[in-house]
Amino acid sequence: MLRMTSSQEQFSIKHEAARYIRPFAGLAVPAGAVVAALVVGAILLAVFGANPLTGYRALFTGAFGGPDELAATALKSIPLMLVGVGICIAFRTGVINIGGEGQIIMGAILATLAALALPDVPRPILVPLVMIAGGIGGGIWGAIPGALKAYSGVNEILSTIMMNIIAGFFMSFLLEDWLIEPGAIRIQQTKRLSQNADLPILPGGTRLHLGIVVAVIVAVLGYLLLFHSSLGMRLRAVGHNPHASRAAGMRVELSITQALAFSGACAGIAGAVLVFGSESHRLIGEGGPLAFTQSAGFNGIVTALFGGLHPLFTVLSSYLFGGMLAGGISLQRAVQVPQALVIALNGVVVVFVVGSLKLRNRVQRWAEGDVLMEDRA
Amino acid sequence: MSDFFTVAIITATLASGIRLAVPFLLAALGEAVGQRAGVLNLGVEGVMLIGAFAAYYTALETGSAAFGLLMGLVVGMVMGLVYALITVGMHAEQGISGIGIYLFGLGFTDLLFQKQVGTPRPISGLQAKPFNWLADDTGRVGELLFSHTVLTYVAFLLVPVVYWLITRTTFGLNVRAVGENPHAADTLGVSVNGIRTAAIVFGNTMAGLAGAALALEIGIFQQNLTAGRGFIAIALVYFGAWRPVGVMAGSLLFGIVSSTVLRLQVEGVISGSVASIANMAPAILTVVVLVVVSRRIGQPAALTRPFTRDG
Repeated sequence: MLRMTSSQEQFSIKHEAARYIRPFAGLAVPAGAVVAALVVGAILLAVFGANPLTGYRALFTGAFGGPDELAATALKSIPLMLVGVGICIAFRTGVINIGGEGQIIMGAILATLAALALPDVPRPILVPLVMIAGGIGGGIWGAIPGALKAYSGVNEILSTIMMNIIAGFFMSFLLEDWLIEPGAIRIQQTKRLSQNADLPILPGGTRLHLGIVVAVIVAVLGYLLLFHSSLGMRLRAVGHNPHASRAAGMRVELSITQALAFSGACAGIAGAVLVFGSESHRLIGEGGPLAFTQSAGFNGIVTALFGGLHPLFTVLSSYLFGGMLAGGISLQRAVQVPQALVIALNGVVVVFVVGSLKLRNRVQRWAEGDVLMEDRA
Repeated sequence: MSDFFTVAIITATLASGIRLAVPFLLAALGEAVGQRAGVLNLGVEGVMLIGAFAAYYTALETGSAAFGLLMGLVVGMVMGLVYALITVGMHAEQGISGIGIYLFGLGFTDLLFQKQVGTPRPISGLQAKPFNWLADDTGRVGELLFSHTVLTYVAFLLVPVVYWLITRTTFGLNVRAVGENPHAADTLGVSVNGIRTAAIVFGNTMAGLAGAALALEIGIFQQNLTAGRGFIAIALVYFGAWRPVGVMAGSLLFGIVSSTVLRLQVEGVISGSVASIANMAPAILTVVVLVVVSRRIGQPAALTRPFTRDG
C-alpha cells in the first residue's frame, strides 16, 4: 500500500514535468542535433583560422538580416520545401526516396518541353500548366521505382539512385542537341523560354516570386493528403505496418507506388520552379546535374527529417536551411571560408538527427507513456 | 569512322576500361562485405570523395602518389569508425545516415579544396607498373594485361581474396551469420556489433582507397570528383548478387562502357548526345538486373536492421 502511494507520488512528479516537456519532446532532439552541427562548424571555422562568432553572425545577417535577405532565403528554400514535402509522403509510407535529384530534373525537362510547345498560351494558364507538367514529369520518375519496389521487390534506394543517373544523362542528351540554344557558343542550355511561363515576382520590391506560394500550397496539400484523407491514412498505415495493412485488405503495392509518385511530383514541381523562377528562365545543364538541382534532392531529405516528416514543419525547417544556404555566401565573404561548409554541416545535421532517433523515441515514449497512464487513471 | 575498329584502338579502349573499373571494384568489394554483415553504407560516395581529396592533397604536397594512396586508405578507415559509431552504436537508419555522410563528404572536400588548393593543380599518378617489362614483348595482349599500375593488380587480386575471406574463413562465416541471422549468431557467442564494425571499417577503407585510386588516375581534384561513382558501386553490389566475381563483372562492364563511349566521342564516331544516351546504358541495365536479382536472389536477411538483443 505504502509502496503504491510512493510510486504514485513519483508518477505525479514525473507527470508534472512531462506536462511541460511533452510538446517539446519531439523538437528537443533535432534542435540538439543542429546545435551539435553548429559546434562542429565552429570547430572547423576555428581550424581555418576564422572567428566562429564573426562567421555565424555573417551567416545569420546574410540569411535573415533584412527584406532582401529574407527574400533570398525564401528563394533558396523553395526547392527544399517542395522536395521535403515529397520526402514526408514517401518516408511516412515506409519508402525511402533518394531520387529527388532525378525527379527534379525530369520535372524541369517536362515543364520546359511544355513551355516550348505552348509559348503563346496566356500567362495565367501557362504558369500553372508548366508547374503541373513539372509535377507529372517528376511523378512519373518517382512512380517507376515505386512500381518496381511494389511489384518486383526492387530496393527503391538503388533504383532511385539509378534513376538519378539516367535523368542526368537524359538532360545532357537533350541539351547537347535537340534543345540547345541555336548559335555558335555551344553551352548546354535552352533558349530563353516563353515569357508567359515566367513565375511572376511578388510585390514588395524583392526578387521573391510566386514559387514560394506554390511551395506553401503544395505543403498544405501534402499535409491534407497525409493527415486528412483516406488515401493518406492508407499510406501511413502501410508505412507503419505493411503486413497488417495487407491483412486489413489494403492494396499495399498501390500505396507504395502512389507514395513515390506523389513524392516525385513534388520534386518535379521544384524542377519547374528552378527553371521558370530562375533569373535566366532557361533549363541549364552546363556544369552537370548537381549544378542545376543545387543538391536540393538530397537537402530536401535533411529538411523533411528536421521537420519531423510533417509537411508544415518541413516548410519551417526548409526556410531555416534555405537561410543557411543564403547566408553561406555572406559567411564566405566575411571570414573567407567557402560556403561549401554549409553543405558539410547539412550532412552533419542528418547524421545527428538520424543518430539521435533512438534517443528521441525514448524521450517521446516517456512523455506519451505518461499520457496513457493518465488515461487509465 | 572505321578508324575506331582497329586492334590498336580497341585494345587501348579495353585497357582504359580496366583502369576505370578499379575505383568501382574497390568500393563495391568493400561495400559487399559490409552488406554481407547486414550494414548498408550509402555514404560510399562521400567517403570516396574524402579519400580522393586526402590522396590528391598528400600527393600534391609530398610529391608521392604512394603516400597519397596510403592517406586515402587511412581516412577511409577513420570514416569507417565514424560510420560504425553512427549505425552500430547509435542504431541510426542506415540509408539516411549514409546520405548524411555523402553530403558531409561533398561539402567538406569542396571546402578543403577551395581553402587549401584553390585552383586545380595536376599531380602525377602512380608510376609503378610491375609488369610493364612484359608488355613490350607480348604485343596487344601485353598492353591489355601488363600495362597497368600496381593498384590495378591489387584491386583485381582482392576479388579472390575477398571471396576467400567471405566463404573460407571464420571471420567470413561470422560476417554472413550476422548478416543473415544476428540473433542466432549472438546466441552462439558471436559479437554481432564487433563483426559489423569490422565489416564497416573494411568497407569504408576500401571506399577511401577507391577514391584515392580515382584521384590518382585522373590526376586532379575538383568538386564532386566522384560524380556518382560511389552510388554506382553500391548498385554493383546488388548487380553482382553480393558475390565478389559478380561485383567484378559489373565493375568491368561500367568501366569498359565508359571508356568505349569516351573513345568513340573523342574519335568523332558519335556525337555528344549519343554519348549521353550510351552513358545511360549501364544505369538502365542495372535497374533491369535489380529486377532479376530481387526475384531470384535474396539480399542478406538482416540488411539495414540494427541489432538489439530484445528486438
